[in-house]
Amino acid sequence: MTFFDLARRNVSRHWLRSVLAVVGIVIGVIAIATLGILGNSISLMFGDMVTDVGDTLIVSPATGTTKLTERQVGDITRAVGSSQVIPFSSTADKMSVGEKEGGAMIYAIPAENIPSLLEVESGAYPRDTGAGCLIGSQLAANSRENGLKLGARVRIGDETLRVVGVLEERGMGFDINPDYAIVVPYSWYSSHYDEDDYDQVIVKVRDVNDIDAVKESIEQKMNRREDVVNVMDTRGILESVFAATGSITVFLTGIGAISLIVAGVSILNVMLMSVTERIKEIGVLRSIGTRRSEVMRMFIYEALFLGLAGAAIGGVLSFVAGYLMTAVFVGNADYLFDPTSLLYIIFGMAFGVITSVASGLYPAWKAAQLNPIQALRHE
Amino acid sequence: MPVISFEHVSKVYPLPAGDVVALDDVDIAIEAGEFVLVMGPSGSGKSTLLNIMGSLDVPTVGEVTIAGNRINGMDDDDLTLLRRDHIGFVFQQFNLIPLLSVVENVEYPLILKGRQNGSRERAEEVLEAVGITRTHFTHKPGELSGGQQQRVAIARALVNDPDFLLCDEPTGNLDSKTGTAIMDLLDRMNREEGKTVVMVTHDPRMTEYADRTIRLADGRLA
Repeated sequence: MTFFDLARRNVSRHWLRSVLAVVGIVIGVIAIATLGILGNSISLMFGDMVTDVGDTLIVSPATGTTKLTERQVGDITRAVGSSQVIPFSSTADKMSVGEKEGGAMIYAIPAENIPSLLEVESGAYPRDTGAGCLIGSQLAANSRENGLKLGARVRIGDETLRVVGVLEERGMGFDINPDYAIVVPYSWYSSHYDEDDYDQVIVKVRDVNDIDAVKESIEQKMNRREDVVNVMDTRGILESVFAATGSITVFLTGIGAISLIVAGVSILNVMLMSVTERIKEIGVLRSIGTRRSEVMRMFIYEALFLGLAGAAIGGVLSFVAGYLMTAVFVGNADYLFDPTSLLYIIFGMAFGVITSVASGLYPAWKAAQLNPIQALRHE
Repeated sequence: MPVISFEHVSKVYPLPAGDVVALDDVDIAIEAGEFVLVMGPSGSGKSTLLNIMGSLDVPTVGEVTIAGNRINGMDDDDLTLLRRDHIGFVFQQFNLIPLLSVVENVEYPLILKGRQNGSRERAEEVLEAVGITRTHFTHKPGELSGGQQQRVAIARALVNDPDFLLCDEPTGNLDSKTGTAIMDLLDRMNREEGKTVVMVTHDPRMTEYADRTIRLADGRLA
């Protein structure tokens, strides 16, 4: 028999009241853990969707101009030193495969630069001279029954392109999103649409740590007199996206924390009732030689016991609830098993125990401060 | 040296309506092995005397020594440890802990002194000495009769081998037959074990058990 044992027995003496207090903690733990997991899964989902473009700068024309000329691209190339410069244009156009008509996004990239930007899943890269094109993985997957596949002939305007390759899935990017698009060599685009200018320039920085210096160098070279180009730092965008999803997680966890605080108040209430009911008993314990600190310990253990029970049950249920949450809202329950998600269950449980003990502190202190003479006389 | 010694002890309770003098210049010395009754009408200061003897309270003026320890100026923890190690309390309402079984109630003061091997055996031994049968050891106090509960309470008071038993109307909640049995038990502890017993009571019949009686009136020895 120990003080912990005594606390456990007192908790089970009023089992209904204790169960209700535990239910509060359970709900609080589930709320924190699942909302945390949900927020974290959203972050993870963004992380998966956005290709890792941390080493990429995107140079686009400043407001007022719409295109970048060949000369400007040349200037950028000189400004960035050994980093790779990939100019591209994009447009949307009607296309047809056999009898089927449709529309698609078209990216035009100089043929020699395509391999460094995109991976081909099957087939080959198109050449500058030929009339070959690549199709994005999602476009290929969605249009297979329409005949749009490797080797098919695609008609754009009055010209025909042969699909020489299918791209690997790339995900959402800040530069180009080729998954639903057709990629053609710039030379073909230039002659087909009779255009020599580019929409944007992608700069692949050789060393990620130089990204700020390269950005600076482009801006110095191009924007000497007036703003000719905007240089977008994808790492910065990525950081702000993650900061945003991070705040979503904090917000959601905060909502969970509120429910746990409510649970804490109910523990406080239960403990205060327990102290009031047991004033006489505390008087007896004190008179036969139980120290203040020992009385305090007894009541803190009681709160700890409620907290541990709540956290354990809440932890298990959080796992189940987290599975449902991620499966329903995020569409992929795998995110639950990511260590950063599972951490939220631990976090929720720890918060549950801490809240319980913190709520038990005042009642325990009150019990310990009782005057033994008055407590003994209490009926 | 007396087990309990009061020298010029006064206890004053300051109240808004004016100070109340509960004890007024009291001198008492109780020697080891004595059986002493404390009697007096309500408001005579019996409870205050009992509280100070039990180290639950300290005097306003005067010197009090309990089992060789001067209690003036002791802090709460020192007083608590003094109660734990030197005083055995027996209450009118038994005051057993309802959460604990009979044997655990008796074992409790031993556990307070720190984990010791054999505390359960010691508790059982004392319970048998006060006349509780083994079959009752695992019962909860509420399942026992009043007389049995008081025997358990006496066992709890004795288990730490205190310097004296401090009994507050120990037969007050019992019928006369059971009360006599409890008095016989206390008397036996006094005569055979040499336990010092201090007992507060209203009942004049108890004087036959006592070596002497301290009478209080209006906070003074009468």
